[in-house]
Amino acid sequence: MTTAAIPYTVEPRPDTGLNNVKLGIWLFLASEVMLFGALFASYILLRVGAPPGTWPEGATILNVPLATLNTAVLISSSVTMVMAWASCMKRDLGKFRLYMGLTVLCGVGFLIIKAIEYGAKFQHHLLPSTNTFLAIYFTLTGLHALHVIGGMAVNAWFWGPGSKMWHTAHQQFTNRVETAGLFWHFVDLVWIFLFPILYLL
Amino acid sequence: MSEQHAVDHGAHHDHADVDRHVRVYVLVFVALLVLTVVTVAISYLDLPTGPAVALALFVALVKGSLVACFFMHLISEKKLILWVLALTVFMFLGVLLGPWITDLDQVKLFGT
Repeated sequence: MTTAAIPYTVEPRPDTGLNNVKLGIWLFLASEVMLFGALFASYILLRVGAPPGTWPEGATILNVPLATLNTAVLISSSVTMVMAWASCMKRDLGKFRLYMGLTVLCGVGFLIIKAIEYGAKFQHHLLPSTNTFLAIYFTLTGLHALHVIGGMAVNAWFWGPGSKMWHTAHQQFTNRVETAGLFWHFVDLVWIFLFPILYLL
Repeated sequence: MSEQHAVDHGAHHDHADVDRHVRVYVLVFVALLVLTVVTVAISYLDLPTGPAVALALFVALVKGSLVACFFMHLISEKKLILWVLALTVFMFLGVLLGPWITDLDQVKLFGT
């Protein structure tokens, strides 16, 4: 044995029945729930506290068709992500590359559509400083977009240089893809709530 | 020899398992797309704010549960993870509902 700095990265810990990677990502996601939870709470408080009749309906300011398209794009990327993991399980490197590549491309597509939306708002001088609704809209969708960028960076790494582990430590690689997937699905999940709350209500 | 056979059998079993998973993923994908259309369709009904919020959040909750249960494998996850999430839900509700305390002086209790 040379070094084994972090124990239980592949095999499950006897007491938890989980490897540390799985427990670690879920604890991180729990903290993310609190981060977004605080902002959701702010949204509710700001909206309920606004003088009657002053809170704009999202659809009158925002582009619902583009956001609907973006919802479909993100849901599709969640499916390709989980298919990438399934390809790891079946040891099919070609399919893994295909599905992981599609996942990253969907991420790119989501950000392009989001950028078009932001651009149209800026063009009409609809800025975070314009009103409270736009302030919370840009805060929530901006934070979400940062998460998309972060997830894409990790996914792109596993698609490219990170996939060297495919042959040397396949099980560990599969676990890492699953972990990256858990984060990616969480980002999808957050959008599933952001979409109706900001655009439709 | 027999041990090797058992391992091979295990591997085949895994592949069949994965294929079963994949079929579920496709079904969940279709359900999510349909529910997205439903979400948008509901917003065109012009319901009063209360029912509109309740219905939109209900559909979002169903979609979110599908993602969490199947894509994130929570339906077959170890107990410890579920306990962590139960605690998270409790804390999340605290963050969500806690600010109402600041509004309590506006609430009329017992008809006062």
